[in-house]
Amino acid sequence: MGILFYIVKRLLALVPVIIGVTLLVFIISHAIPGDPARMMAGQKASAQAVEHIRRSLGLDRPLPVQYVSYLGDLLRGHLGFSIRNQRPVIADLRDFFPATLELTLASMLLCVSVGLVLGIVSAIRRNRLSDHIIRIFSVVGVSTPVFWLGLMLLVLFYRNLGWLPGSGRIDISLSPPAHVTGLYVIDALLEGSWDKLRDVLAHLILPAFCLSSVYLAVITRIVRSSMIEVLGQDYVTTARANGLSEMRVVMKHAFKNSLIPTVTITGLSIGELLGGAVLTETIFAWPGMGKYVVDSIDFLDFPAIMGFTLLIALVYMLINLCVDVVYAFLNPQIRY
Amino acid sequence: MPAAAVEPSRRFREIRLTTGILARNPSALAGAVIIGAMLLTALLAGVLAPFDPIHISLADRLQPPSAAHLFGTDEMGRDILSRIMYGARISLRIGLLVVAVAGGLGTVIGAVSGYLGRWADGVIMRIMDVILSFPSLVLAMALAAALGPSLTNAIMAVAFVMIPKFARLVRGEALAVREKQFVAAARISGEGSLSIIRRHIIPNCLNSVIVLATLAMGETILIAASLSFIGLGAQPPSPEWGAMVSVGRKFIMDQWWYATFPGLFILITVIGFNILGDALRDVLDPRIRR
Repeated sequence: MGILFYIVKRLLALVPVIIGVTLLVFIISHAIPGDPARMMAGQKASAQAVEHIRRSLGLDRPLPVQYVSYLGDLLRGHLGFSIRNQRPVIADLRDFFPATLELTLASMLLCVSVGLVLGIVSAIRRNRLSDHIIRIFSVVGVSTPVFWLGLMLLVLFYRNLGWLPGSGRIDISLSPPAHVTGLYVIDALLEGSWDKLRDVLAHLILPAFCLSSVYLAVITRIVRSSMIEVLGQDYVTTARANGLSEMRVVMKHAFKNSLIPTVTITGLSIGELLGGAVLTETIFAWPGMGKYVVDSIDFLDFPAIMGFTLLIALVYMLINLCVDVVYAFLNPQIRY
Repeated sequence: MPAAAVEPSRRFREIRLTTGILARNPSALAGAVIIGAMLLTALLAGVLAPFDPIHISLADRLQPPSAAHLFGTDEMGRDILSRIMYGARISLRIGLLVVAVAGGLGTVIGAVSGYLGRWADGVIMRIMDVILSFPSLVLAMALAAALGPSLTNAIMAVAFVMIPKFARLVRGEALAVREKQFVAAARISGEGSLSIIRRHIIPNCLNSVIVLATLAMGETILIAASLSFIGLGAQPPSPEWGAMVSVGRKFIMDQWWYATFPGLFILITVIGFNILGDALRDVLDPRIRR
């Protein structure tokens, strides 16, 4: 009962924020200099044709009316039509979503697994050489421009060493695995094709590492500081005094309790990773939503840009909600 | 006697004390040295730069690093080192402008929200929540795209995204300061809300604002460079670092130096602000002072 009530309460609190988010996106879309009707019609269209498009898009109506009909469209899952290819934006995003999801999940996995290990090592070897190295590494990580790191990885691992492929999701000589989930790694597994799986994984390594760099550093920091805090607690001292091995003390007592802040930051980072995908996908020609939106910027394809922005914000909010709920589960001190 | 509004002489003593502690902290010192060097480079670019940053010399195009051109040349034969030096002006100016605007507005918004409380706080903070519902880069990108690609628009977009970070922080502090006795005393003696916010609330939040402002400089420079990289910030002939990496990307397979050096300077500058910010937080933030 308690947790259900909490979820409902959080959902209700989200409603005004969702309205605010849609309103902000609506305002930005209408701040665009230039005439969207003219843009859709093209430069050579007659004034009459432009007027026709304006009316058919409802752009001649008062703004509040336009906003309400925009909300109605959103509820029906309609994000407008791309200026570039005249397709519904939502269809484009749906096509590009699996690639972005695969990249984001792979980065997430990398962030959490490596971040946990580095954070724990750093905490138990506090102020020793390995701790200093890990801390320097994490400052560099949060300070690195993702787009530049991507280029450096390309030069090193693709051009100079030739170890890994530099663009796309799968080699052009191979056909993509049969579409089941849209995630090539899983689809290749389902197809049972080891060649494809190997190739798909090789394509995934550089972009996933590039995207994870920032949050790897953030997670390492959080794990380190919460581990240090927990290791100083009385019950850890008691466990040590009882003669438990250091390994047991660290894994059983300290690690478990340091998970709570880690879950929070991991959840929050998924949203930022989706944002960071914009840069990573551009560098590695990864055919996801991020590359789609950057290509849309070149074409001034505003319905596509705004559709992406809104979708990311909604996903971000949803993840935050889930994080709060998981957090409430993990930490009984939180009152519903 | 209850602590009154922070007096100038006390603030001065605090600053001296803080700089004293910071000077003995190696990472703070490293951060300050990096930032100082970047500031000097920006100020003295006209004197230090070996070449004119916009002088085109097609005979020297795409030269690898050499004694004459330490960081090589670009596709127009311009000296990359000289362009990076002038670029320091742009990046630091972006950082300072954004932090001044977002820090200033965010501080006022947060102080008003925290001090007034009730419905004003509710409304203001919901608006801030809306802005925080977007990943920073995505919202800045949408805004910059809508306003049109230019450096000024990118600066406005990044400032807009950074406002709630300051507002949230200051609001939290203001909630605590509001309950202090000296604020109650000021209220009883008939001081108006605006005056209390200006004379008591904001001065008492400044330490945290300074910490956040330092860290925000780094974040701002990164976001602005990212916008330039995807073509939404400074436009190519400009020696802005992100824009240079963006053009250099086309040559990355054969002329690695073109994109490498400007990006390296973004990295070094942001590291400078981040380690100084971390050290400042350790010293200025009493909650985690050891």
